[in-house]
Amino acid sequence: MANGLQPQAVDVLVIGAGPAGLAAAIAAREAGVTNLLVLEREPEMGGILKQCIHNGFGLHRFQEELTGPEYAQRDIERVKALQIDVRCATTVLNITKDRLVTAISRERGMQLFQARAVVLAMGCRERPRGALAIPGTRCAGIYSAGTAQKFVNLEGYMPGKRVVILGSGDIGLIMARRMTLQGAKVLACVEIMPFSSGLNRNIVQCLNDYDIPLLLNHTVVDIQGRDRLEGVTVAQVDAKREPIPGTETHFACDTLLLSVGLIPENELTRQADVEMSAATQGAVVDDALQTSQPGIFACGNVLHVHDLVDFVSAESFKAGKAAAEYALGSRADGRTAAVLDGEGVRGAVPQRIRIPDPAETASPIQLMFRPSCVFENAVIRVLDGDREVLRIKRRILAPGEMADLTLKPELLRALSGQALTVRIDASEGVCAWNS
Amino acid sequence: MEQLITCINCPVGCRMTVNVENGQVVSITGNSCKRGMEYAAQESVAPRRMVTAVIPVQGRKMPVSVKTRSPIPKAEIFHCMQAIQGLSLTAPVHMGDVVCPNVCGTGVDVIATKTVE
Repeated sequence: MANGLQPQAVDVLVIGAGPAGLAAAIAAREAGVTNLLVLEREPEMGGILKQCIHNGFGLHRFQEELTGPEYAQRDIERVKALQIDVRCATTVLNITKDRLVTAISRERGMQLFQARAVVLAMGCRERPRGALAIPGTRCAGIYSAGTAQKFVNLEGYMPGKRVVILGSGDIGLIMARRMTLQGAKVLACVEIMPFSSGLNRNIVQCLNDYDIPLLLNHTVVDIQGRDRLEGVTVAQVDAKREPIPGTETHFACDTLLLSVGLIPENELTRQADVEMSAATQGAVVDDALQTSQPGIFACGNVLHVHDLVDFVSAESFKAGKAAAEYALGSRADGRTAAVLDGEGVRGAVPQRIRIPDPAETASPIQLMFRPSCVFENAVIRVLDGDREVLRIKRRILAPGEMADLTLKPELLRALSGQALTVRIDASEGVCAWNS
Repeated sequence: MEQLITCINCPVGCRMTVNVENGQVVSITGNSCKRGMEYAAQESVAPRRMVTAVIPVQGRKMPVSVKTRSPIPKAEIFHCMQAIQGLSLTAPVHMGDVVCPNVCGTGVDVIATKTVE
């Protein structure tokens, strides 16, 4: 029983051994934490990278194009060289705001840890069919794109032969190519929005290369099949994203893959009573990636969904270092300012930044966010109360690619302490969608 | 011959038109930077792609992931897949091991991207 267990004291405890958790653990160790533990639910380290066998990872961090397993292996080797204690096949069941962590595994049974600092690095999961309310039967043959990816790449079998993909997220695009190369016929990729949420390079190299049509402003309006999927009906949508009668097309298919968004996996975060952001569906954090609960940090896709693992690693190194400083008692406090989403901006992270003292040698702070729709010739503005403190021009901004800007130390020192607002003004070509 | 190419270098995704005659690029329009021009020139005359796949390992539940060491001609992608699909490996396989040398005569090896002990 948990209440009969003595908790094991840990300085920094990292939950998750995907790219975020591995980077956080490496940074914590390198910052001097000896009593460090990583807990991972799966039998092996590496997280989702294990099944991402395609290349394109690491361009920013390593200046080379690696596959997912190769990228993960670099961090795994570093973790091993630093002799970091990683317990795989161990599921965290509970975490309190006082950082008492309950975990369970077959090998060791119930385990209790009292951590000085916790890094949340649980990643995200795919939005399921149930979240979409598509009419039609509940037959076999409907998978999230990532589930299909796991079947094909880790277990070595194909989920079907004739495929329609709903949603144009990157995993869906990657799977359109993967299924095609493996002998399936991918009939179409159907996107309800007037633009894809995937990276441009994936549209070119995963759809265009194989003549797979991308049907923008379309959605699946019916699913047919008794035991196994037999077909789907696709229709065009109007400006309100309502299907237009008379535009229906039928596709005979045995597989429907859903690539309709990712949701940060924050059940544990909520247990610790951490303040959450409605825009990111992750924790509210400061520029050190600390949540509203002192000593609890969050990084990677559990904080906000990233496009590139390189940026997950960069963020997680920061979180691991900050958690180490907290655990070792060397973290500075001070005045802070809130960061708010203005017009055209969704999910700016961090949501709170520390204002450095006038004499302090401060580091620049990077803000990341998603544009709420496609903007051309846009100006990103940062306002301190009513005063504009930064103005950046961008030729194009799209929800599919995370945008960022850097607040320099001199700008930070001069902040009033009022809330900062990040907003986008577009001079032309704003798309019709405002989400 | 005119070819339409979407640039993949950045989110702008310029729609470029490349004029190719006798395998030589005559003109490129629609790009807004030098990187776009270089990409269009390569893509219109000799497009190349990395190929990644998995190969089963005898007696193991999980296959091993593989890639071409460098991009191969785009026209060889399906031939390369056929060559890879006929293979089966025996453990141990180490990351970087050549599992299919000179695939389809492209001069490019297929190598493992994962270690199976």
